[in-house]
Amino acid sequence: MSAVQQGPAVERGGRPARYTAGGGVVLVAALAYLPYLVDTGVTQAMVVFFYLAAMALMWNLLAGYAGLVSVGQQAYVGLGAYAVLQFSNWGVAPFLGVWLAALACAVIALPTSFAAFRLRADYFAVGTWAIAEVYHLLVIQDSSLGGGSGSALTTLSGIDPVLRDAETYWTALAVAAVCVLGCFLLLRGRVGLALTAIRDDETAAGSAGVRVGPAKRTVYLAAAAGCGAAGGVVIVSQLNVAPDSAFSVQWSASMIFIVLLGGIGTLEGPLLGAALFTVVQQYFGADGAWYLIVLGAACVPVAVWLPRGLWGVVARATPLRVFPLARRVRAASPTAAGPGR
Amino acid sequence: MIWVDAVLQGVLVGGLYALFACGLSLMFGVMRIVNLAHGDFAVLAAFLAYSLISASGVNLLYAALLTVPVFAGFGYLVQRGLLNRAISSGPLPPLLATFGLSVVIQNSLLQGYTADSRALDPGRIGTASLRLSGQISLSYLELLILGLAVLVLGGLELYLRRNRTGRMLRAAADDRDAASLVGGDPRHLYGVATAIAFGTLALAGLLFAARSSVAPSSGPSELLFGFEAVVIGGLGSLWGTLLGGIALGIAQNVAGQADPAYTLLAGHLLFLLVLILRPEGLLPRRSVTA
Repeated sequence: MSAVQQGPAVERGGRPARYTAGGGVVLVAALAYLPYLVDTGVTQAMVVFFYLAAMALMWNLLAGYAGLVSVGQQAYVGLGAYAVLQFSNWGVAPFLGVWLAALACAVIALPTSFAAFRLRADYFAVGTWAIAEVYHLLVIQDSSLGGGSGSALTTLSGIDPVLRDAETYWTALAVAAVCVLGCFLLLRGRVGLALTAIRDDETAAGSAGVRVGPAKRTVYLAAAAGCGAAGGVVIVSQLNVAPDSAFSVQWSASMIFIVLLGGIGTLEGPLLGAALFTVVQQYFGADGAWYLIVLGAACVPVAVWLPRGLWGVVARATPLRVFPLARRVRAASPTAAGPGR
Repeated sequence: MIWVDAVLQGVLVGGLYALFACGLSLMFGVMRIVNLAHGDFAVLAAFLAYSLISASGVNLLYAALLTVPVFAGFGYLVQRGLLNRAISSGPLPPLLATFGLSVVIQNSLLQGYTADSRALDPGRIGTASLRLSGQISLSYLELLILGLAVLVLGGLELYLRRNRTGRMLRAAADDRDAASLVGGDPRHLYGVATAIAFGTLALAGLLFAARSSVAPSSGPSELLFGFEAVVIGGLGSLWGTLLGGIALGIAQNVAGQADPAYTLLAGHLLFLLVLILRPEGLLPRRSVTA
């Protein structure tokens, strides 16, 4: 208490933010060089990691920050994949189509949000699922997109497979990087502050002047765009699309599992979860039903005993934060600093 | 005339949707749990009854008399042992836990019974029908199912109004802490709600399998129908759920009469239309659950 020079200060960023920004640029550059070093087996697994990470980040944005628990994000994975197919039929190169698909999904999500937001918090989950089914059934009706049996993305089949794999990898990397950066900027800005207030108390936030509806809608549109781009990467990497798998609720299952395993309400958690999930899938995915039984069974103890996920364990044990989103109060005395929300 | 027939068939199947959905509504109303494995548990009940019938040769009635109480007890244990722990840390863990159960049940059934769909033989009643005119005949089995649904929903409504535990359930739905102050142990009450939900879903699962068939993968679509019936009818009203189920059944059957490809789409679109135009549902909350 002696020789206090200044009062407590609220800070965010500082040195960790500079590390993250610098490290992020180096990491993305290093990852971009990877196709020159390793064989396609590795890059294909990395593509899976990138689209799963992008989807998980989007689901985390919805559920972890905006309180919108959706079981219907496969709507935008499927629409994104089919948008790439449709743009490709119109003559747009698929690697450009991925970005247009993101835009198309955001446009479709706007009217959809007005129906979905009618449902109160918990029912929102199953309501979004019904909406995803509507898009699924509508796509099946369109015979120009292959109807119920799906269609191949023929415009990419003429390209040299090595080049195609590398371009797919770079597109997937770019989508994942944009999702990370987008989440980070969104959450650090005004919307992030509004979402924090809404998460703590929606009514109080509204009465304090936070525009609750627009903040949630912004997140919903952003998540639709991210999942649309991820769906675009899925079709580009698999070269064909079938409605039942593109609109499968399994996508939402994976997102939920990754986010809750990794740690909801953080940006580190979904990335950690996606990395783990990809590794497990690479090694055990071929076992089919048994793999899913074990995965489903793993959900239950995670839900009961690890509600903050694996990153929650890391964050409790260490002061390590990759993404400086939380504000810290730095007291004048150097011992009193502690993590804050 | 075929249109009248489509409407009547829709009414009949709507009763079954409502019977299946009432547990969903009860679990949500009392505990705020959206049970994503609701449909899969119903399918599990149907498959267990199938095994029981083929192993011992008992008829469907006895299989139901055994399966329904066993599932009710099972539901109580699932709630006490698992879901009560999960709800203590917010709405997401129970969602994840039931989702995990759904994946486990679907894939275990796939391993144990293959992907084929199975039907339960309801006996002679399955083929008999009430002939109203040349083109319209109502199956006795489906009439019986509708009657059972009305009976169960009515019984549940009476239970929640008159019985002490039933009234406590409504109290716990309104305010968990206040209910425990006046002597209701929420953990037990939650167990009772889930027991009722599991009993009714087991009955509905058996009836689904008796009127058509079920496959290991049919759980999620049944969950969607049940959920849509609840929302169309209006949250928290059991008779609303019946009305919602019937509206859903009519929409599906009439659209399916026009073109079978539109069967499911029409149901989902009716649901969205109700959501946009009348979000409180057809019969908004008068009683029971929230």
